[in-house]
Amino acid sequence: MSTAVAQKRGLGAVIWDYLTTVDHKKIAHLYLVAGGLFFLIGGLEAMIIRIQLMKPDNNFISAGLYNEMITMHGTTMIFLAAMPLIFALMNAVVPLQIGARDVAFPFLNSLGFWLFLFGGLMLNVSWFTGGAPDAGWTNYAPLSTISPGHGVDYYVMGLQISGAGTLIGGINFLVTIVNMRAPGMTYMRMPLFTWSTFVTSTLILFAFPALTVGLFLMMFDRMFGSAFFDVGLGGNAIIWEHLFWIFGHPEVYILILPLFGAFSDIFSTFSKKRLFGYSAMVFATVLIGFLGFMVWAHHMFTVGMGPIANSIFAVATMAIAVPTGIKIFNWLFTMWGGQIKMTSAMLWSVAFIPSFTIGGMTGVMLAAAAADYQYHDTYFVVGHFHYVIVGGVVFGLFASLHYWWPKMFGKVLNEKLGKLAFWPFFIGFHLTFFIQHFLGLMGMPRRYWVFQEGQGLATGNIISTAGAFLMALGTIIFLINVIYTSVKEKKVSGDPWGGRTLEWSIPSPPPHYNFVQTPLVRGLDPLWVEKMDGKEGMTPAEPLGDIHMPNASILPFTISLGLFIAGFGFIYQVDDPTWLIAVFAGMAITLGSMLTRSLKDDLGHHIHKEELEEDIKKGVGKS
Amino acid sequence: MRGWMGKFRSLFLFGALTMLLTGCGIENISALKPKGYGSELLFDLMLISIAIMIFVFVIVMAIYAFVLLRYREKKGQEHIVPKQTEGNKALEVIWTVIPIILLLVLAIPTVQATFDLADQSTQEDEGVITVDVTGNQYWWQFDYSGEEISTSQELYIPTNERVYLNMKSSDVIHSFWVPAIAGKMDTNPGENMNTMYLEAYEEGVYEGFCAELCGPSHSLMYFKVVAVSPDEYEQWVEDMKNIDPEATPETASAQEGQELFNNNCMSCHAIGGASAGVGPNLGNFGNREKIAGILEPSKENLVEWIVHPDEVKPGNQMPSELVTEEEAGKIADYLLELQHSDVGQDLPVQSVEE
Repeated sequence: MSTAVAQKRGLGAVIWDYLTTVDHKKIAHLYLVAGGLFFLIGGLEAMIIRIQLMKPDNNFISAGLYNEMITMHGTTMIFLAAMPLIFALMNAVVPLQIGARDVAFPFLNSLGFWLFLFGGLMLNVSWFTGGAPDAGWTNYAPLSTISPGHGVDYYVMGLQISGAGTLIGGINFLVTIVNMRAPGMTYMRMPLFTWSTFVTSTLILFAFPALTVGLFLMMFDRMFGSAFFDVGLGGNAIIWEHLFWIFGHPEVYILILPLFGAFSDIFSTFSKKRLFGYSAMVFATVLIGFLGFMVWAHHMFTVGMGPIANSIFAVATMAIAVPTGIKIFNWLFTMWGGQIKMTSAMLWSVAFIPSFTIGGMTGVMLAAAAADYQYHDTYFVVGHFHYVIVGGVVFGLFASLHYWWPKMFGKVLNEKLGKLAFWPFFIGFHLTFFIQHFLGLMGMPRRYWVFQEGQGLATGNIISTAGAFLMALGTIIFLINVIYTSVKEKKVSGDPWGGRTLEWSIPSPPPHYNFVQTPLVRGLDPLWVEKMDGKEGMTPAEPLGDIHMPNASILPFTISLGLFIAGFGFIYQVDDPTWLIAVFAGMAITLGSMLTRSLKDDLGHHIHKEELEEDIKKGVGKS
Repeated sequence: MRGWMGKFRSLFLFGALTMLLTGCGIENISALKPKGYGSELLFDLMLISIAIMIFVFVIVMAIYAFVLLRYREKKGQEHIVPKQTEGNKALEVIWTVIPIILLLVLAIPTVQATFDLADQSTQEDEGVITVDVTGNQYWWQFDYSGEEISTSQELYIPTNERVYLNMKSSDVIHSFWVPAIAGKMDTNPGENMNTMYLEAYEEGVYEGFCAELCGPSHSLMYFKVVAVSPDEYEQWVEDMKNIDPEATPETASAQEGQELFNNNCMSCHAIGGASAGVGPNLGNFGNREKIAGILEPSKENLVEWIVHPDEVKPGNQMPSELVTEEEAGKIADYLLELQHSDVGQDLPVQSVEE
């Protein structure tokens, strides 16, 4: 547990640094790389699905493999791509936006990442050990409980481990935002991205335990002979659907809300205007989060809950359209009267508005419970949620990456390549998913391995597949941009966009203590306030002094590694009890690491005033 | 209920929408060409929601286009600092209240339709047909309670009558969907029995799907709903009740096939009478539109299905190579001769070139 702050280091030292880091900025890099890789894997799975559905009666992959593909595509994209990429942004930005030097629990922050990564690896190992999970990302019982092989076991263990990581991450941001805001940064002065992170973290706190419970029940059913979901032994299969969606619906808002926050910051920055209706935006975010818990059963209108339950959940779902509509109009009026600068970040954000509006509209259509008897489990639903998740979350991630890339890496992503990546992705996205609404109503159920000749579905499907290839092209151009930028582009100042919030008041990338002196916040958009007063940067709220920082630690890595090993033990002890050794060995590593953490004092270290003065001479204090 | 919603269609916007949407898909398959009570009710509900949504979308897009065209930063304007507006109470109230009103307009017919489709008031009335539907991996069983008829893959109903379905599953969750006549409903394992009803307006063969992921052959779990006139339906019931599983087939090959079938297949299957349980009841097999829900009815296909069921429907329960190809040929001859009722044979099967 050395401090490891040497400047010139070899590759080994860099790897060790990342394995042990508790710095939120480096953890953001880790989340970005891991989430990005899983995004590519999930994308590859999507391409295979689209190739299979290119023409009627296609035989590109077998029926069993197809079910594994759709299951892993959904699971990977939601849990292993979208969530970590959002955590990457939250880690990179939130402490900076509130004027903090790190998150509240840096050690837990690292633990959250490693749990997620090992959970994600575990899920993907299943490809090589006899078959991935194949019961859909929703994993409905009893299809999942009777699924042969170990695929679903990997789903259960992988998501349990990575879910614990997410829960820890959520709690961490909650405490960070409550406790670590700079002087003057009241709740109603927080940037919208921080606000949405706050609401999202609350949702994680209340939603993930439902998944945890569901997964534990599933784990006991599959590995230890219980019968929670086995109707033959007095269990109930529908309980899984409720537990899954009590988690699953808030999860949708967990994904989209942080990006709503990011869009708010981007629209405001590139229109050179403060956010229109700030308090309404905050209120709408909180309301969406709250209502998000009241609507889970709209995923289950055809389960047979009866007309009363269906009607209640239908009306509750429609209600969510109101705060979402408020947001759309506030964004439009933020741009109204502004000076709109069409950067790549802004381009993705502007494209988000019509795309997400369509997704929201089909959402209201789906909320009409009776009509859902036609939409449910068809390509209409597939079209709808891709409009929300790609048109909202993925567009948001691209916008945010363009926007905050200079803050994370000190370089602006090449604008020409940025726009070049946007157009094929944007056009491809609408080609792929718009037609799917119609395919669904023309009689194409969801998760169909093949469709038949003469059902009138061939034209729509080939258009959809063509669109998917365009999206892949856009993604590849974005990757080229990342490489090109890191090799060719020059370093930029800490404030390349004319920023309004605190993160733009410090250098890019920030020093590892972020703020030499904690800034004093005098209003909403604190940096903008100072700029309008003709000042260069923030006014400090404290004299220059020693800074207390946490120490690096390998323990989060070993704790997670132990659970990873134990996970395999749990899966395979069903076949052969000698695998229990892996359970005990893994748990010994995990519990031993936890014990070490508890018994060994780790008081962190100080960065002394003299070092800071050195840094200031080198120009660190200013953006 | 359908009355006032139906009237909406004559309005201009609805007329245009209807024209546009009903161009999509193929008769008797597509939910956009409704031919039954449920699907028509739901189609009207869709039209209302689409009309409201298009109204909202047009407004959003108008503001959007205006903002993007009018407020772009032009060269030489980089130093301009626009007015920092905090908000506008009146505007914000407007875009909160109007959506609430629009949603209420949608919520009322939604709740009405939801209760309408859950209505079971006439189920116990005399002469009302209730069919027990059981979803299995990967076929559908239809038991006509009270009639001692059990069949599979093809659900016969009379037109213009409500036919109630009591639905459950023998294994995993499936979902019963006939888009052209009604919506869908899940079939759950265990005690959670669901009920829905079908009412077809026109005679025809309607495509049915399984809409809940149920295993590798989920996408091959098709069925047909055959809607015939009430008289023909009576005839069909009569024919099906009088199936004699012992009846001697005509050709020698089929006679051998019957023998083979009775020895190898009867432990799971049945012909006529009550339900067999494990496998489908094959009464009237020779008149079915499809073999196993997907193959064209030919001897060649049937032999392939009997010998290598796993290659046709991966993961299904029928054992492979239980009989040789030669034996399967004889069984096929026998099964294709099982033409117990020709009701519905004159109906065209919808399958149109793209």
